[in-house]
Amino acid sequence: MSSPSNLHMYVMAAPLLTAFFLNLLGRISRAYVAPMVLGSLTFSSVASLFLMGRVISSGGYSYTVGNWVPPFGIELVVDHLSALMLVLISFVALVASVSALKSVEQELPGKEHLFFTLCLIMISGLMGLVLTADAFNLYVLLEITSITTYGLIAMGKGRAPLASFNYIIMGSIGACFYLLGVGYLYLMTGTLNMADMARILPTIDGGAAVPTALGFILVGLWVKMAFFPLHGWLPNAYSLAPTGAGLIAAPLMTKVTIYLMVRVMFSIFSFDYLFLQNPLVQSGIVWVAAIAIICASGLALAQKDLRRMLTYIIVAEVGYMVGGAWLANSIGMTGAILHIVNDALMTLCLFLAVAAILYRIGSLELDKLQGIFRKMPITMAAFTVGAFAMIGVPPTAGFFSKWYLLLGGIEADQWGYVVALLFSSLVNAVLFFRIIEIGYFFKDGEHHGHEKRHEAPLIMQAPLVISAVALIVIGLGSGPLVEMIIKLALPGGF
Amino acid sequence: MEDLLVLIVAKVNYWAYVILMMIGFYAMIGKRNLVKKLIGMNIFQTAIILMFVSSGVKHGAKIPILNKYEVLEKGVDVAGVVNPLPHVLMLTAIVVSVSVTGVALAILLRIYREYGTLEEDEILEKLGK
Repeated sequence: MSSPSNLHMYVMAAPLLTAFFLNLLGRISRAYVAPMVLGSLTFSSVASLFLMGRVISSGGYSYTVGNWVPPFGIELVVDHLSALMLVLISFVALVASVSALKSVEQELPGKEHLFFTLCLIMISGLMGLVLTADAFNLYVLLEITSITTYGLIAMGKGRAPLASFNYIIMGSIGACFYLLGVGYLYLMTGTLNMADMARILPTIDGGAAVPTALGFILVGLWVKMAFFPLHGWLPNAYSLAPTGAGLIAAPLMTKVTIYLMVRVMFSIFSFDYLFLQNPLVQSGIVWVAAIAIICASGLALAQKDLRRMLTYIIVAEVGYMVGGAWLANSIGMTGAILHIVNDALMTLCLFLAVAAILYRIGSLELDKLQGIFRKMPITMAAFTVGAFAMIGVPPTAGFFSKWYLLLGGIEADQWGYVVALLFSSLVNAVLFFRIIEIGYFFKDGEHHGHEKRHEAPLIMQAPLVISAVALIVIGLGSGPLVEMIIKLALPGGF
Repeated sequence: MEDLLVLIVAKVNYWAYVILMMIGFYAMIGKRNLVKKLIGMNIFQTAIILMFVSSGVKHGAKIPILNKYEVLEKGVDVAGVVNPLPHVLMLTAIVVSVSVTGVALAILLRIYREYGTLEEDEILEKLGK
């Protein structure tokens, strides 16, 4: 542990403070919105890079807010894993908001400042989530991110408020279950600090209360991350939300919740307790994950709308990561953490492409995408890179994490999970080649006229190309990424 | 039978919270009216608040407001005051619950303006047309 620095506080505070001023100044003139949003997120991104560098060179540290010493005060932990997540969140948010600026301008004219106020609060909430080491603080931050997301989704047209209301009901059930689990742990241990809980839990005879607490916490987080049987809210919420909201929420929300599951599992409970004492539970969850992957992939096949199809792929990917984290070996865990990074980038790339297509064509129905490769060649080239990453074609990023997950599944003898991964890759291949076929080989539909090139504006293309390049760069750089960061980010016990 | 009675009476606060929680859960999942779902959500959250707060209770204990000078002189008699931490936590949980309810009500207003009803079946019917 190195000596604490304040860098992570700056990373988190920049979007939060900007959100308040944005709400005020944005009312005066729309011209303030873009520089403030991009400025604060650029600041966070640069600061988080410095923080990452510091953690790599001299190790992580724990930080006590306001000098209230843990376990009484709230402790923030900056280690390899949370620093990596901070970098991921701030960069994804930055790239996504560049494109969101344009699509919000088109879809919600005059409401830009409100949209981005909510957005920035959500982003700083996500950053707080990855830093906190206090179980109750985590609940509060989880609700901050959720409430802002409810608002963002409800800004959409037509059925969006209904989807948002369903999300509120499901999300509240999830948050309440989490809180209930924390309550049980608090009753047993008398503390809310995760490290303190971990210290006290082995010394007491918890009886049935401790497994109940673990169950409640896991189910609560699974609802929030849309793990398959509990995924009902996600497809509607993300496909009916304003494009900009989907752009920022889809790559980040589910991934951060998976990080939270890993954090809670290993900060509070021990490796032995989770995996070795109840091998049946461990293999059971991997089986549920395998079923989740297969069912969600199957549902994705049935969709006729590009964005809805992507939301079901997100649900399948959640199954990948939950399964990987519960494989109980270091390869699977490495795969799960690497996949958090990769999946965030892949989802970002595909949703950016969707935003660009929607901006120009105005529809995402698969039948209306005929001839789109000639119309928007750069957008579709980037889309293809994202699609290849989802399928798992080397050298894109998606291949490497999937490879780790497969190896982990083989090592753990979880053949159901391995088969599910391969099946899902095949389904993804079918899904994306169908789009490529429609877009490339089919004759132009009547909906968007001639084969004239008509690309999305540069401000939407640039982030898309950047995210596609990032997929290949991260793919080629997975070796160093795993060696320098993720190996050190693995929780104790591996 | 007697054991069961003892179990119920000794942990009456936990039974009450479980029953309340089940009522809330049923309303959230089973009811078709959106406002009833929201009320169910509030009952659910209140049940959890009840569980937390009741866990701080001690028999014969007073409220945790102490005289600073007395404490500095004699220390705190832990058995003499209720545990304030769950109450403080639940203040935050109440704030969260109020804000979720506020957002949900605002969204319900928009749904009502759009469809003219808050019955889920009628909304789905209108969507089907």
